[in-house]
Amino acid sequence: MIIKSIEDLKEVKEKYEPLIKQRLGHRNGLGLTQILVCSGTACHSSESREVRLELEQELARRGLEEQTRVVKTGCFGFCEYGPIVMVHPGEIFYCQVRPGDVRELVEKHLIGGQVLERLLYHNDSTGKRTQTIEDIHFFQAQRRIVLRNCGVINPEEIGEYIARDGYFALADVVLHKNREEVIEMIKKSGLRGRGGAGFPTGRKWELTAAQDIRPKYVVCNADEGDPGAFMDRSILEGDPHSVLEAMTVAGYCIGANQGFIYVRAEYPIAVERLELAIEQAREAGLLGKGLFGTDFDFDLSLRFGAGAFVCGEETALLHSVMGQRGEPRPRPPYPAQEGLWGKPTLINNVETFANITVVLREGWEWYQGQGTSTSKGSKVFSLAGKIYNTGLIEVPMGTTLRTIIFDIGGGIPGNRQFKAVQTGGPSGGCIPAKYLDLPIDYESLKETGSMMGSGGMIVMDEGDCMVDIARFYLEFSQDESCGRCTPCRVGTKRLLEILIRITEGQGEMEDLEMLEELSYDIRDASLCGLGQTAPNPVLSTLRYFRNEYVTHVRDKRCPAGVCKALLHYTVDEEKCIACGLCAKACAAQAITGAPKQPYRIDPEKCTRCAACVAKCPRQAIQKGIRKDVADLGGEAGIYAGAGDTENRATL
Amino acid sequence: MAEYDVTGETHKEQESPAKVVQEKKDPLQEDHRSKQFADLDRVIGRYSRERGQLIRILQKAQEIFGYLPEEVQAYIAEKIDIPVSEVNGVVTFYSLFATEPKGKYTLNICMGTACYVKGAQTLMNALKEELKIDEGETTPDGVFTIKSTRCVGACGLAPILVANEDVHGKISPGEIKKIIQTCRKGESVDNKKH
Repeated sequence: MIIKSIEDLKEVKEKYEPLIKQRLGHRNGLGLTQILVCSGTACHSSESREVRLELEQELARRGLEEQTRVVKTGCFGFCEYGPIVMVHPGEIFYCQVRPGDVRELVEKHLIGGQVLERLLYHNDSTGKRTQTIEDIHFFQAQRRIVLRNCGVINPEEIGEYIARDGYFALADVVLHKNREEVIEMIKKSGLRGRGGAGFPTGRKWELTAAQDIRPKYVVCNADEGDPGAFMDRSILEGDPHSVLEAMTVAGYCIGANQGFIYVRAEYPIAVERLELAIEQAREAGLLGKGLFGTDFDFDLSLRFGAGAFVCGEETALLHSVMGQRGEPRPRPPYPAQEGLWGKPTLINNVETFANITVVLREGWEWYQGQGTSTSKGSKVFSLAGKIYNTGLIEVPMGTTLRTIIFDIGGGIPGNRQFKAVQTGGPSGGCIPAKYLDLPIDYESLKETGSMMGSGGMIVMDEGDCMVDIARFYLEFSQDESCGRCTPCRVGTKRLLEILIRITEGQGEMEDLEMLEELSYDIRDASLCGLGQTAPNPVLSTLRYFRNEYVTHVRDKRCPAGVCKALLHYTVDEEKCIACGLCAKACAAQAITGAPKQPYRIDPEKCTRCAACVAKCPRQAIQKGIRKDVADLGGEAGIYAGAGDTENRATL
Repeated sequence: MAEYDVTGETHKEQESPAKVVQEKKDPLQEDHRSKQFADLDRVIGRYSRERGQLIRILQKAQEIFGYLPEEVQAYIAEKIDIPVSEVNGVVTFYSLFATEPKGKYTLNICMGTACYVKGAQTLMNALKEELKIDEGETTPDGVFTIKSTRCVGACGLAPILVANEDVHGKISPGEIKKIIQTCRKGESVDNKKH
């Protein structure tokens, strides 16, 4: 069916609405049981597809396929407990359902009419199991605005998106509004780019719309490269049409007829759903020629990333969309002036587009009332690392880190101490415990030396070494540096070398100043965002965890017990039963011993591979933090190249 | 097919004679090769009409050939009429493209931050130790390649190992052996089939 008017949309909505209403808790006597199975990447990886197929087979076997429907959904966000299966009516929320559980589930719940207790969410702090999604604190504590369709609709069915008032905003804009009006609305809403830097979205639209050159293009940046971030992926997998709709609105407003979605090839499910969504939108006449019977044409095409982090930077992304090497170029000219093939181009990120539909649906007045004075609306974060509830969450701007980590996230497992939270990926920094009560928005995060970034949050505990984390991020940035400009190409390499030296116990006190000085140089002189922000992990850890650096350098100790070269392994002589398994496991032949006598590890030969630890039946081998500095000579810190100021000129 | 013969021949001149002889000796392989190029022609036909689809073509070509040898790069360059240096520039820029053949199983350890703080480095060390090769290398029997990847986005399952398409979540160094054994079993089943 080709949709030409708001009436047509209403017709589709009426058809699908009962299904959706039931999923939202209405007991509308549908006479139908719906089983929602999460098909996001995390659940998919833990066999949710097999669960779904098994369910379908089991239902067919028992002749229940008439009154039961199995539905694919996007990410619920509760990734730690996947695969998630939800049964409506009743909103019964089952966790960690394996294919082997399906038969029992069908028997007990669908035939017996009883809840299968064993698979309900178990709250470790209260020791109770909870039946419905409403009873789970993780969901209660959130406000899902952008993610409102994820886990509710089937992302592969455009009708279900329309039943959630989808494409109504587009119809309204195309049929009843002029472009200035819409841009003004976006501006007044206060929406800022969700890709990291937080540029006002309405302003960007206005700049692109003001250009007098045709054609123009709309680009969606779905190159979510930050390790540990999966917000955009979940939106694309769970609610792809919201992005399509917003891009079409953007096309109308700036005067573009062609859009591109630049998506990572590493996200196969997102790619598949996008392809399907574009196809369905074309069939429904919501993409293509003459939308809603007007003379406005708009179409979309996918472009694929091929594994280069720098392509998240907008000018690099443009090169990649055109099929070239993804190297950045200096700005100005900004993409709004000269973008794809030299034409004005609007680039927004996935979450920003998903927010556009919210602004249009709820009105700018409502949107403007959400969040803090400078950052409006809500933000999606992906929580990962040392935290109970790994997953995807959405909270209003201005929520404190403590609420996110300890309330929604459930805190740190294993009674360990919180040490830092890393936001903004390789461009961000580590925020220590003293800022846990800071309400977060673009500005406050920047003040702590980190940044909003796209929304990845990695929680670290006392077992993580901050010097090692800085080294980890620098290794990433150095590897992903495209090599176009020297400060980033050479600077990150030198930073990494210094950090490696420190983690290997060869650092000197001057290195700390060198790290800082070099970091500022790279930040100030690099061409694009990658280089300008690459030193942030170093600067923020130096700022808040300087002691840890000093301990590595001066005492040659790694307090967290991570840096291998600074560890030593010893045999607890009382526990040792002289079985000799450790000596056999040791590839470096560093362990010697004799029958009935405790074995010994020679620290000189030991490569700290920990193979012996795994083999010991009595846990007699202990990891210790090295205290002896004596074996390191005075020359240990001397290295080649990039040493002090005069050598740096030769770079 | 005529065009293929032309480029194929020019390329063969650059290769060592031994390799040419070997290729000629195996008609089965030759047949497979021309089928691959026919597939590639279809891909080029489909995508070259649109602007800026070089990356897509290369991705598809890699799916067909398993990697992107010089021969394939030159072929694509000729077909879509751009300098081969430009194709090579793109191939070497993006980490998803390989110019060396990969093993039958590519074992990818996710080195995203979430996996890293949950011990991905230990996994990587265990894997290297087990297969006696370094990251980016392939075992001499051509079965395994070790790689590291940047975040698959399934951080709830950290740490993660991806064996070809299969995602193994929350794994320990001990489980690595099992995964390798399972792959090896699959390998021996395949051999028997032949």
